[in-house]
Amino acid sequence: MAKKVAFLQGNEAAAHGALYAGCRFFAGYPITPSTEVAEVMSAELPKVGGKFIQMEDEIGAMAALIGASLTGVKVLTSTSGPGLSLKQENIGYACITEVPSVIVNVMRGGPSTGMPTGPSQSDVMCAKWGTHGDHPAICLVPASVQEIFEETVRAFNLAEKYRTPVMIMPDEIVAHMRERIVFPEPGELEVVDRTAPSVPPEKYKPYDTSFGDVPPLAAFGSGYKFHVTGLNKMQDGFPTTKAEIVQAEEERQVRKVEANKADIMKWEEYLCDDAEVIVVAYGSTSRSARFAVNEARKNGIKAGLFRLITFWPFPEERLLELSKKVKGFITPEMNLGMCTGVVKGCIEGNAPVLGIFRVDGEPINPGQILDKMKEVK
Amino acid sequence: MAFDYDKYIRPGKLPHIWCPGCGHGIVMKGLIRAMDSLNLKKEETAIVSGIGCASRLPGYLDCCTLHTAHGRAAAFATGVKMAKPEMNVILVGGDGDGTAIGGNHFIHACRRNINMTYIIMNNYIYGMTGGQFSPCTPTGAKASTTPYGNPDPGFDIAKLAIGAGASFVARGTAYHAAQIDKLIAEAIQHKGFSVVEILDDCPTTYGRRNKYRSVVEMMNRLKEVAVPVKAAEKMTAEQLEGKILTGVLHKVEKPEYCEEYAKVLQRAQAAK
Ligand SMILES: Cc1ncc(C[n+]2csc(CCOP(=O)(O)OP(=O)(O)O)c2C)c(N)n1
Ligand code: SF4
Ligand SMILES: [Mg+2]
Repeated sequence: MAKKVAFLQGNEAAAHGALYAGCRFFAGYPITPSTEVAEVMSAELPKVGGKFIQMEDEIGAMAALIGASLTGVKVLTSTSGPGLSLKQENIGYACITEVPSVIVNVMRGGPSTGMPTGPSQSDVMCAKWGTHGDHPAICLVPASVQEIFEETVRAFNLAEKYRTPVMIMPDEIVAHMRERIVFPEPGELEVVDRTAPSVPPEKYKPYDTSFGDVPPLAAFGSGYKFHVTGLNKMQDGFPTTKAEIVQAEEERQVRKVEANKADIMKWEEYLCDDAEVIVVAYGSTSRSARFAVNEARKNGIKAGLFRLITFWPFPEERLLELSKKVKGFITPEMNLGMCTGVVKGCIEGNAPVLGIFRVDGEPINPGQILDKMKEVK
Repeated sequence: MAFDYDKYIRPGKLPHIWCPGCGHGIVMKGLIRAMDSLNLKKEETAIVSGIGCASRLPGYLDCCTLHTAHGRAAAFATGVKMAKPEMNVILVGGDGDGTAIGGNHFIHACRRNINMTYIIMNNYIYGMTGGQFSPCTPTGAKASTTPYGNPDPGFDIAKLAIGAGASFVARGTAYHAAQIDKLIAEAIQHKGFSVVEILDDCPTTYGRRNKYRSVVEMMNRLKEVAVPVKAAEKMTAEQLEGKILTGVLHKVEKPEYCEEYAKVLQRAQAAK
């Protein structure tokens, strides 16, 4: 049988990816340019017995999401800049309580209301540092409609596998463009469910590290009684201020992601093997970059594209390796240098990093990237 | 035989953090008696709170307990209830948590009329942070941030809940301890969003600053101001001056949110 093919918008693909992954609960608050995700979920979830709720604000949406996830369902919310700021409170709560949840954040211009319909890539730092305190961060930055679908499925898998919130951050261009998408058959993509406890209720502890860094999570209403708090907690879930426990638990929470970077990180290297200049790009900007690299090659410039698919964790080690053999990096992005700073931070000064920054609501075009290549000597 | 509270208390989690004379413990005992009278199954009951002294209550109960962020209990609880309507969901928290930072979630839970019970312990103050004024602190009262007397007018929580659409609203006091379990039990049995405000006290941060010399004095005040709704019917406006009505203040039948959403599922599936 031929596969189902459709002409879909990025946001629609995110919703369909979530449904494929088994998402059965959505809580959100409308905001441009992410609203289509909520609209599709409001139509599709009830058909499969799932629930959709439009909350009073994004704080409440993230809260409802965590409450629902604790009953054992896979959960999704979608938002954009101003809403992401509001969600940060409870994103931190999901980090410390280790409750799986997936957040689609479509990047528009900021800060504040900024440019509601203009594209941007200026929330990538907010994905890591937006909520206070030390915490793990996983952020995916897809570049096509097909990839939004697939990365949304992967976002659910990572959230469930590592008991943590996961963000998918398409920029507005990727989220709103329409492309052909081939729907994977059921079973074609891996779908991961959280590990349920193997011990009886009276022996259950929600943060029992004898099961490893990611302890099994029971569901409310499944016969297990346990406590969940945003305070620093012990293995049994109850608050503690004991120095050695707090230190160990905080470190474990971050280690869940850091020690599993190889499993989580994803990037694409295009013509990087012999490249003298490598463009590090993500989202819609990476599409301009690929075009520029192809043009450059025609003109005899050894250019390559390093396309980030996960922004966090960031592929520091690989970029450090590459930095030893290139003449320079180019980092085009729709912000004032967020990725650029991270690249500079991990390559130990081995090569110059030339940024191209746009925050005017216009995409970065291949010509700008080609021009920049000429500055790499 | 004395009532056995241990049935619902989580083993090993006492003593509690509350100060001697704090009213929150009285409310917790009332809640336990109510749960027992309805024979609520602990593993099928979620107790959800925000942040504050009152919001520490869930930790002591042997149920599915969720101590969330300041003011957010109603929103977290809405997620739990929507996803698993068969669970009993009970929210607990303080006046500050529920009516200041959590005011928006509170009124929208009332509006949806989602089948949960919200117990607000109103001690007129932000107890946990040392006695700053809350939206329920009486005008003129002293708080750590109103050294010259509170200029703000206060909220009437019950009126707020009724106005926002809650279908059951009751009020009791920590002095009238024997009534608390009955109000809470009736609230839990009611289908829809039910709010039970319990006036209690914070001797440590409110009493001290407002010339109450003892907890007994604070309790006596509750005794004096409280008038049961039935008794109030026979009283004149002058007689009711400065009094606070207690008992079931509001009870109506209205569509319940989870049931309404179940109809959405039916419509979506019929259209498929
Ligand atoms: C976002 C946020 N802001 C402020 C605080 C500080 N805080 C903790 S408890 C509290 C007030 C609690 O008052 P109330 O809800 O009346 O409970 P009580 O302690 O009086 O029982 C405040 C302001 C916080 N924890 N989180
Ligand atoms: S500070 Fe006040 S509200 Fe908090 S435990 Fe003490 S008496 Fe109770
Ligand atoms: Mg209070």
